Formats: sequence, C-alpha cells, structure tokens
Amino acid sequence: MDRTRAFLKTGLFPLLLLLVLATLPFYTPPYTTVAVTSILMYVVLTVSWAMFCGPTRYMSLATATFFGVGMYTSAVLGEVLPFPLVVACGGLFSFAIGLLTGFICLRLRGFYFAIFTFGLNELVRNFMLWWEAKVAHTVGRWVVLMDSLSIYYYMLAIVTLTILVAFLIGRSRYGLILFSIGESEEAAAHIGINVTRYRISFFAFTCLFMGMAGAVMATKWAYIDPRIAFNPILNFTPVLMALFGGVGKIYGPILGAGILTLASEVLLSRFPYYYMLLYGLLFIVIISFLPDGLVGFMRKWRKAPAVTGSVI
Amino acid sequence: MSLKLIFDVAITGLIMGGLYALIAMGLNLQYGVARVLNVSHGEFVMVGAFITYFAHKIFGINPLLSLVFCGPILFIIGLFAYWTLFRYLRRTSESGDVFEGRSMLASFGLLYVIQNIALLWWGPNIKAYSYLNYPVRFFGLTFEANRLVALLFTLVMIFVFYLFVARTKVGKAIRAAAQNEKSAQLLGINVTAVLGFCFGLGALLAGLAGSIVSMMQELTPLMGFPYLIIAMIVLVLGGAGNIFGSLLGGLILGGVTTIVMYVDPGLSLVVSYVIFALILLIRPEGVLGR
Repeated sequence: MDRTRAFLKTGLFPLLLLLVLATLPFYTPPYTTVAVTSILMYVVLTVSWAMFCGPTRYMSLATATFFGVGMYTSAVLGEVLPFPLVVACGGLFSFAIGLLTGFICLRLRGFYFAIFTFGLNELVRNFMLWWEAKVAHTVGRWVVLMDSLSIYYYMLAIVTLTILVAFLIGRSRYGLILFSIGESEEAAAHIGINVTRYRISFFAFTCLFMGMAGAVMATKWAYIDPRIAFNPILNFTPVLMALFGGVGKIYGPILGAGILTLASEVLLSRFPYYYMLLYGLLFIVIISFLPDGLVGFMRKWRKAPAVTGSVI
Repeated sequence: MSLKLIFDVAITGLIMGGLYALIAMGLNLQYGVARVLNVSHGEFVMVGAFITYFAHKIFGINPLLSLVFCGPILFIIGLFAYWTLFRYLRRTSESGDVFEGRSMLASFGLLYVIQNIALLWWGPNIKAYSYLNYPVRFFGLTFEANRLVALLFTLVMIFVFYLFVARTKVGKAIRAAAQNEKSAQLLGINVTAVLGFCFGLGALLAGLAGSIVSMMQELTPLMGFPYLIIAMIVLVLGGAGNIFGSLLGGLILGGVTTIVMYVDPGLSLVVSYVIFALILLIRPEGVLGR
C-alpha cells in the first residue's frame, strides 16, 4: 500500500504530463508542437547539464560543443543511416568527445574547468571553420529534413529518457557519489571513491543526451555551419536556465528551461530588436536576485530547509 | 624569406603582442585581483574603438588625442559596473568560489547588454576611418605610418602601466590584494576600493587598446569577442594574478599568432587555443606561476 502511494506521489504527475505531451499534436495547432519542441530541447540540455554540474559543482561551459557534435553527426550520417541510428550515433560521438575532454581536464580543479570548457567550444568552432573551408571546401552543410511531428516525438523520447535517468541517478548511490565529490573532493577520495573515474564517466554520460538532442534538432534547422552548431550562447543558456529553476531538485532545471524558453519566445516575438538586450538584462537580474533559483525561493518562502548541492 | 617579410612579421607581431598584453593585463586586473572573470571585457575594447571613431568623425579629434579621454570614460564605465553589479554579487555570495561563478555569468549578461546597446545605437554596419594612412620609408623598406604610431603608443602605454604597478603605492596595494585579500585588508588597504579600482583600470586598458585598434581595423559592434578570447588565453598563459606574466604572455601570443597568420590565417585562433589547452593541462597556474 505504502509503495503504491509513494509511486502515486512521485510518479502520477510526471505520467500525466507525459500523457498530455504525447497527445498534444492531436488537439493543438501545429505551431504549439514546434514551440514545445524547442522547450523540450532546452529541457534536455538543462537537465543533462545539471545532472553532472549540479551535484559536483563543476561548471561546464561546453554544452554547445556536445550539442554541435550531435548536429554534425546528423549532417554527415543523415543520408547514410536510418534516423534512430543517427540519433544514437550523435549521442555516442558526443559521449566519446566528452570522455576525451574528461581525460584531458583531469588535473583541472574548480574554476579552471569552466575556463577550459569555455575555450574548448571556441577551439572546436574555429577548427571546424578552418576544416570546412580548407579540407571539405564548404561553408555549411545541409541536413536531411524531417517533418515537425517526428522531430517532436523524437525530442519527447529523449526528454523522457533524460529525466528518467536523472531521477534514477539522483536516487542511487551514484547520485550520492557525485554529491560527495561536490562537497569535498578530498574527503570523497578518502572514503574510497575513485573520484577521477566517476568525474570523467559521468561528465561523458551527460554529454550523450546533449548529442542526441543535437542530432534531432539539426533536422529542424535544415542547414548548419560551425557558427550555428557551436554558438557560444548555447553554452550559457542551460546554465542560466538551471540556475533560474534551481539545481538541487530535478524539477528545478525542468521548470527553469520551460519558463525561460517560453519567456524568450514571447520576448523574441514582441521585441525582435531588443531581444538580445533584454536577454542580457534577464541574465543579470536572475544571477543577482535568484541565486538559489525558483526551488530555493519557494523553499525559503515555505521556510523549508534549503536544498544543498547547488552549483552556485 | 625576404628582409621585408621578416620586418613585417616582427612589427605586426609586436603590435599584436602589445595590444594583447594591454587587453590581457586589463582582464588580469579584473580576474586576478577583483576575481571577476569578465566575459564582457572584449566589449570594452569595442566601446573604446567606437569612442575614438566618433570623436574623429564628428569632432575631428586626432585619434591619438582621444586616448586622453577614452581611457577615463571606460574607467568610469568599468567602475560603475563594479560598484553596482559585482560589488552586490560579492556581498551576497557566501564564498569566493560562488562569487567567481556568479560574477562570470553576470558578466556574460553584461556582454549582451553592451553589445546590443552598441548595435541599436551605432548600427551593424562596418565603420572605418583613415588616419596616417601613408607609407614611410626606413632603411629602404616601406611601412604604414599608422602601424608604426600604434606600435610606439602601445609600447609607451605598457611602459607607463608597468611603472604604475611596479613603482607606485597604489600599484603595490593592487599587487598585495592580488596575492592575499585578507592580509591586504589587515595591512590597512581598503580592499573593496582597490578591487573596484582594478576593475575600472581593466576597462581603461581595454578601451585604450580599442582606440589603437580603431586606427588600423574596421569596427563593428561584434568585434569584441575575439579579444576576450585572446585575453583569456594570455591570462592562463601568464597566470591569474600575475600582471607581468600577462605582459610577457601577450607579447609571446602576439608573436606566435602573427607567424601562424602568415602561414595560414584560418589557423591562428586554432593554434592559440591549442597553446591555451596545453598550458591549462600542464601548468594550470600559468607558465610563470602566481
């Protein structure tokens, strides 16, 4: 009885939401599907960012890199392989590059990790610009198109997978391991946790989802070049969304991504010329006044104990 | 390799190196001392360049003369940003690490604010003016006059700044705050004031570099970002908090990128990143250390 009740308490709302989302295209205009697709994309990026960076407090600024790797996978393999395999490949390539990045920045502690990952995206972007111009003799690439409904369902599947995995990790001993690394790396190593191994493998693991999302979204944009695929703004947006929602709880990043994506859609349609300016101001305001995000704000309001394990 | 080419590479390398050093020393004041990894640093370069451009176009002021007011304007902008935004973040963050994260993200917001105000105000079109745009001859070789002037002034500014940090009392306070904030405070240094001053000074250096840049290059509101990247690479190269490390690092990186530029222009940024990544991996505290 208790188990069913516990299941209903945690599982009922997400299941209902999933049901609504799965049937959404049947009773809403096509535009809604397209808009929700972009929300779903940001949810994947934000949740997968927060999955590693939340508990461990390592701020990664390379989300765009792994997303872009997925996009390029889609552009290169899109005509060769069936699409589900393309998505899987996008995730795997991202995973591989994440693993490599993890190995490379083994020695980096604290803030240098953020600086390194920020530079990594610029390195990859400039290398790709050079490669496309000098070796491939193109500027950008065309991607096989897909209808917006299939894109929507692919994204929904990836979102479900990402959130499920994030939820399970949060409840398993792995979640505790990540959390203890964030609390004190030395102490974690002292109680027998192989800090390096978990740091690298989890970082790479979260890149998997970013790559898959990139592979799907590339088919929506139809044309990509290194400036689009490795746009530095996508390094920061998931961080902002996660912070806005609050990283201590799993619904924080989801909420943050959902609200901010909607808000930026509205800003973009209402004030197309001032959009980026307002985006910058929003960024500053959120960082200044909502340091613990909506989750922290609501907890403070209800006088509940603060959630620990936030990155910032 | 002709003599002309060697001289060209040497002069371009020195100009680029000097500019990189100026901009990176500015970023180092902001990150190494004030602990704000100012992602909007490149935008200060852009603003400095535009101030010089408009002063020249509208009032006909000599670009070299505009260095006199361009620096102070940028100093005030930087000081204002620190005093309103970053000082607040510093007060509300529970630890130094948290402050570093938050201030970096806030400065990313600032980047978009400054860049888009510039875009809305000055438009996206490329702007340029011509100043001292004639050849001069030295030892039978020709050079553009504006590049020689740029070189001279960059080196002079670096020298003055070097004297300021190395010899004056304020410079000593800055170095003390960079080494250890708490001890500096115990020694009677008003650390909050020093940090704000450093942030403004960082913006001032970026603005002066922007003035010099405007003599040689076309301007757009989006020109700042590459300078930020360069400054970050130099910061890592020379070590955060080590201002003279940034000076040396800037000159080295300027030389290296100029040489690569003559081989394959597309690769110069890639090579700088590879240097950046290698240094971060081998010696994260910078080649020269802290």
